[in-house]
Amino acid sequence: MSLYQLSKLLYVLNRDDAAKALFKSEPEKLTEGFQLTDEERKAVLDHDVGLLYVLGVNGQILMHFAALCGIAWPDYLQAMRDGVTKYGPVRAGLYAMTTGADEKVAGV
Amino acid sequence: MSLVFTAVCSHAPGITARADMAEPADRDALYAAMDDLREQLEAAKPDAVIILAAEHFANFFMNNMPAFAMGMGETYSGPIEDPDWLKIPRREVRGAPDLGKRLIAEMLQTVDVAYAEEWQFDHGIIVPLHLLDPENTMTVIPANINCQGPPLTPLHRAWAFGEAIRRAADAVPERIALIATGGISHWPATPDSGKINEAWDRDFLDRWLANDKDRMLAYTDEETYRDAGQGGFEIRTFITAAAAARGKGTLQFFRPIPIFAVSCTVATMEVV
Repeated sequence: MSLYQLSKLLYVLNRDDAAKALFKSEPEKLTEGFQLTDEERKAVLDHDVGLLYVLGVNGQILMHFAALCGIAWPDYLQAMRDGVTKYGPVRAGLYAMTTGADEKVAGV
Repeated sequence: MSLVFTAVCSHAPGITARADMAEPADRDALYAAMDDLREQLEAAKPDAVIILAAEHFANFFMNNMPAFAMGMGETYSGPIEDPDWLKIPRREVRGAPDLGKRLIAEMLQTVDVAYAEEWQFDHGIIVPLHLLDPENTMTVIPANINCQGPPLTPLHRAWAFGEAIRRAADAVPERIALIATGGISHWPATPDSGKINEAWDRDFLDRWLANDKDRMLAYTDEETYRDAGQGGFEIRTFITAAAAARGKGTLQFFRPIPIFAVSCTVATMEVV
């Protein structure tokens, strides 16, 4: 249920201007609206794309979140690889990594 | 009047967002193919264009996920992504509320399509639209299929959706075009982005170009996930287009472009 709540937060954040404004001004307040574990809340507040990826957040909403946070594409891909190295394999969902941590399929 | 034009094309966000990171020859060839498609679409003189995409959790989510959805709003906006990231400026797009209602009412005779008067276009619709309608003059009816959150729309229901689109398009006086967008094999938005199973893509396109229904519907989601990644689930949009057009396809462009994360594809299908 918690992964659903985390994913819902990112879904709402990606499409709602008021949520985006709140995320910028009072990010903690935005996270209070969702039932998150401490780990999940910290991942959002720290813009920790690697951990969000490992927790099983759907790639489409994670990609949009990274764009919202101003993370460039090569850095986004690397953050996920680093997340797997640091936190272990993706724990849920359909977006598991099937390439190696040092593999850059598209050169980035 | 009828369905007057059917095509499929890729919608990967990298096509615009990472255009400057691609080999210029690859990018230019794809953009030229999309420009050719734009001319063909314009020549068909559609009154409205249905752009059928894969759901990406931009408008519909796991709190209430439709198997299919279609828009009947007055206007739509997009991209939902950061425009600077996608490198597509925000635009307001003209919808077709009355026509949309008539199409949806007919389609509901056979498929339980959800309707929506609000829709924020994400890359699935806005990338093709940006390239096919640079002047923002087209009337658009968005549609999508759940290719994202399991349980997914079964392939045979994607086929039924295409049959319903065709029947509905043939029942209205307006000229309707259908552009279905999606990737074939791809592992989007993951560290695997750029991985492409070209052999699988070519085999799928052989089935699609021949409009071989049985072979298009033969995939299991387990096989697709294994061989074509989670992005491979988007073959549903191609299948819907084939069911609507009923004819044979013509491949106009095919090239795996890893920085764009897919085998970039442009194809038309004869409407018969």
